[in-house]
Amino acid sequence: MTTLKPATGPVTLLIGTRKGAWLYHGDATRMTWRVDGPHFLGHIVNHLVLDPRDRRTMLMAARTGHLGPTVFRSTDLGKTWKEAKTPPAFPKVPEGQKGRVVDHVFWLTPGHANEPNAWYAGTSPQGLFRSGDGGATWEPFSGINDDPQYRTWMGSVQDGTPDGPKLHSIIVDPRDPAHLYFAMSGGGVHESVDGGRTWAPLVKGMEVVEGFDAATVTFHDPHCVRLCPSNPDRLYQQNHCGIYRLDRPSKEWVRIGKNMPKRVGDIGFPMVVHPRDAKTAWVFPMDGGSVWPRVSPGGKPAVYATKNAGTSWIRQDKGFPKVQAWWTVKRQALTADAHEPVGLYFGTTSGELWGSRTGGASWTCLAEHLPEIYSVEAAETAR
Amino acid sequence: MTVHIPSSLRSYTAQKSAVDVQGATLGEILSALDQRYPGFRFRIITEQDTIRQHIRIFVNEDQAKDLAAVLRPDDQVCIICALSGG
Repeated sequence: MTTLKPATGPVTLLIGTRKGAWLYHGDATRMTWRVDGPHFLGHIVNHLVLDPRDRRTMLMAARTGHLGPTVFRSTDLGKTWKEAKTPPAFPKVPEGQKGRVVDHVFWLTPGHANEPNAWYAGTSPQGLFRSGDGGATWEPFSGINDDPQYRTWMGSVQDGTPDGPKLHSIIVDPRDPAHLYFAMSGGGVHESVDGGRTWAPLVKGMEVVEGFDAATVTFHDPHCVRLCPSNPDRLYQQNHCGIYRLDRPSKEWVRIGKNMPKRVGDIGFPMVVHPRDAKTAWVFPMDGGSVWPRVSPGGKPAVYATKNAGTSWIRQDKGFPKVQAWWTVKRQALTADAHEPVGLYFGTTSGELWGSRTGGASWTCLAEHLPEIYSVEAAETAR
Repeated sequence: MTVHIPSSLRSYTAQKSAVDVQGATLGEILSALDQRYPGFRFRIITEQDTIRQHIRIFVNEDQAKDLAAVLRPDDQVCIICALSGG
């Protein structure tokens, strides 16, 4: 177990949207927010992340409808930006063969605290990349991009989400930079204990869509995996087929979503964990019935919290519209700060930014009329 | 020859809408442009050396299908961002 001190300084929210990026600078009380943006108006920004090791460097995963994918880098909190010299890209294949093309960079993860300037990126279609120079240059990482077994597990473009299959939830164990996880939609959860030299699936206990074989890794669709900073042996997961918890060294996920109210279910995209309490986590359920509307169940949005590692769940909807609110929250768009009480923030598919300074007990709309929000990260720019 | 730059790529060319560059093929002039404006090429050409899905490149009035397209010194090359909705 790790004891982490609560943050007391200002919080900045990093917002990636379908039409650009915004920064919302909050003060230490988290009561007032100053908007900075848009940055790269018109770019599709899937992820915008601040490096917690220097609290200055930001990486942005971007593309436009026409132009190919890239990574922009700022070392002054977004005042100026430089493009990566070599963005994530698959190797060129010999003439006559069909090589893969990165459609978009989907996920960014800073490396271990002991590896300054190391970053990981996940792409669509599924690819794993690493930068050792703060995001300026990127290389395929670990061999899984071209491994025949992994390519089979990745499936085809048709096997992924509507806007392309994705590699996401790249996690670095804070105790050991060689202990890594990633997830693929579709393609399961995977673990390496040797710095990415070898990987193994970690899908036991996870369910798949009815009629498919859970023994086939390809059919597993983890939407979001989170590691608890206060107990790195505990992971939570929001999956296409339920909410799960994994306590290492066990390799079997437990479906804690069975304890959610039946009328709400346990389908959704995002999940976030408490920075200091491994028993506490939050999800944002959505309607995964019939044709998968991907909206708040019944048009009544709510966050659900567990404070006992998934034994029970509490509905948290104070401040949200009570009816006719048909938005949802994507997998990178629910986040927590490190204050006490914990601040929670999410962005919606309808362009609203919501925040709670009370661990989800009550909510306030911080911004509206933004483009569809793809990602929200809460960053500490000072302690 | 002259290469006409669409507005979405002018952040690379210091807002120039047309630039002069030398080369015998489309691949050569795009490499030359990337030397001059780093990052330019990858936004319109994939890592497999194919023209990206929503990019069209015309040489005079003919659409170039690949980087092997042969160019003459007085050709006009036009990079177009094709319609891409939403």
